[in-house]
Amino acid sequence: MQFAIQSLPFLWQGLFVTLQVSALVVVFSLAAGIVLGVGIVYGPRWLYWPIRLYSDFFRGIPLLVLIFFMYYGLPAFKVNLSNFAAVILALSAFKTAHVIEVTRGAIQSIHLGQTEAGKAIGLTFGQRLLYVIAPQAIRRFLPPWINAVVDTVKGSALVSLVGIVDLMLAIQQVIGRTYTPMPLYVLGALIYFSINYSLSMASRVLEARFAHIRE
Amino acid sequence: MLYHLNFGYVWTHFDKLAWGLLLSLELAFVSILIGMVIGLALALVYTGRGALLRGIVAGYVEFIRNIPLLLLVYLVFYGVPSVGGFAYDATTSFVLTLSVYSGAYMVEVFRSGLAAIPKGLTDAGKAIGLTAWQRLVHIRIPTMFRIVLPALSNAYVSLFKDTSLASVIAVPELTYGAQWIKTNSFRIIEVWAVVTPMYLVTGYALLFALRQLERRFSIR
Amino acid sequence: MAQIASDFIVKIRHLQKSFGANRVLDGVDLDVHKGEVVVIIGPSGSGKTTLLRCINLLETYDGGSIQVDGVEVGFREGPGGKRHLRSDRDLAGIRANIGMVFQLFNLFPHLTARENVMLGLRKVRKRSAADAKQIAEQWLSRVGLGDKFDSLPGQLSGGQQQRVGIARAVAMDPKVLLLDEITSALDPELVGEVLTVVQELAKDGMTMIVVTHEMTFARDVGTRIVFMDGGRIQIEGTPREVLGRTDHERLRTFLARIEVKHH
Repeated sequence: MQFAIQSLPFLWQGLFVTLQVSALVVVFSLAAGIVLGVGIVYGPRWLYWPIRLYSDFFRGIPLLVLIFFMYYGLPAFKVNLSNFAAVILALSAFKTAHVIEVTRGAIQSIHLGQTEAGKAIGLTFGQRLLYVIAPQAIRRFLPPWINAVVDTVKGSALVSLVGIVDLMLAIQQVIGRTYTPMPLYVLGALIYFSINYSLSMASRVLEARFAHIRE
Repeated sequence: MLYHLNFGYVWTHFDKLAWGLLLSLELAFVSILIGMVIGLALALVYTGRGALLRGIVAGYVEFIRNIPLLLLVYLVFYGVPSVGGFAYDATTSFVLTLSVYSGAYMVEVFRSGLAAIPKGLTDAGKAIGLTAWQRLVHIRIPTMFRIVLPALSNAYVSLFKDTSLASVIAVPELTYGAQWIKTNSFRIIEVWAVVTPMYLVTGYALLFALRQLERRFSIR
Repeated sequence: MAQIASDFIVKIRHLQKSFGANRVLDGVDLDVHKGEVVVIIGPSGSGKTTLLRCINLLETYDGGSIQVDGVEVGFREGPGGKRHLRSDRDLAGIRANIGMVFQLFNLFPHLTARENVMLGLRKVRKRSAADAKQIAEQWLSRVGLGDKFDSLPGQLSGGQQQRVGIARAVAMDPKVLLLDEITSALDPELVGEVLTVVQELAKDGMTMIVVTHEMTFARDVGTRIVFMDGGRIQIEGTPREVLGRTDHERLRTFLARIEVKHH
């Protein structure tokens, strides 16, 4: 156990990488996912199928497979990204698919009458989206999205398998030196738990905040 | 331009992929069965009285759901033997891990399934004089299963994809097979060009088949 | 009554609309003049709601023409006389001058009553916040909700919500108000308060096209009744004329069924 405490600084560094990776992936996937999600709901038919295929593809394969392929396969396509960039790309592409679905679900759960009422008072598409749809969609968007963020943090642990020294790999490396797997795994679990549980708690607070909108 | 594609090596060793796929399906299947037993038992505990027991169940669920599966795999395979005494092979270890993992999800699935049972059904059971246990076995559980069928289907396909993590402890499932071929041939693109569709097609075929089954059994 | 051409608010000619193989509107002609209250009645499936929804283009129409205040609603003239569907931007401008009140109210649940009415005033009519607030409160008071400015729709009864819906529509100062079975989803005891509001608006000269099953309202407030069936207008005339006719089979059957329901 003493080893575990002594190795904390090293673990913090790994944690920092984990948080970096997670944050970048969350931001990229949020931006791309919302844009594509709105596109798939409101866009023309020729936009629907590519986005749909993208979403179904990336949700249909294991994340590990995707990371391995991007990491080992991209150089073969003469695409030379750093290790870090490659995993960010893989994770973001993966997560974007989920955000698309969450966005789509949130928007489509809003009663059609809302769009019609917005049209009836003369709002343009952009205005309807901004003043009528988005405020209502946010409430249905946040809980599943925060779930996706938690999944991202958990999924980030897979980057340890391609040599990125995140928290997971840091734990492995310390175990390699100290031969005390259990305490370190437990410690690692507690760290991941604290991060993700706080996110879930934040989600519940946000849900409560928006609960005053009854339909 | 791409180098010259050569699928030869992949086809020669396709058996690794085929058997790997089968193993993945089996791992997921056994894990979800055990997970369902765990989940149902704990869901019933959770809906009963006893704040302490509810707290323990909640603790288990929250803990498992908030840590990476990879960490859990390592913890069970490397960590537990180092403190608990007995070691076991990679496959057993993984099934154990995945069962515990899916159990945590199943608790929530069954809990909300039980909550979704229309009150009228249990009232009817009471009205004809069934005891609480009889109501549970003959009315609530069967009804709950019909309600949660879609969630179970999704969980199974999800677990199927999660079995790819077994490759990190050298369980010869599909991803491990792909890694093996890749390491021994450097035919990265060819391998993933075969394995990716294998996951995709299997996953969606499963979903489709399960939806058909759902339609036969589902409520509403 | 002689009407001058400039008094036409709504002019519908040969309107046609199909949903797939189903011909819902089969050549409808209708004129509505300023200050009229045209009540459309008919069995379900007769196309009356579709007709209403075509006027502010919540539904597109396949053939014919709808002009509101001289402007063709669904299409614009392209080069060579070709008809092009209007863009969302165009439609927004046209719809701003047409008010609609919905059967299911469709209030914005995340906005208070006042904010529901203000939204159009601020974003479409480009009024200042202060102006919009004043107009909104004026109209809400007129419909009897002077104490409910800050209430959310979830806190209001059905009748109150519908009155907010009416305020929201008329605050935009529309040329014509479309009312789509606005009392059908209300509990019976709440219907009266809503119809009273509509009656007052009619007295003040608001041009209205009303789809309803409320025959008492049609008789007392309507200036003209239109009976639709099978996608066409079958009978048209003053309430007295239409409701008093004994020769039209379908009309008599329809009215008989309505009367029974209302007892």
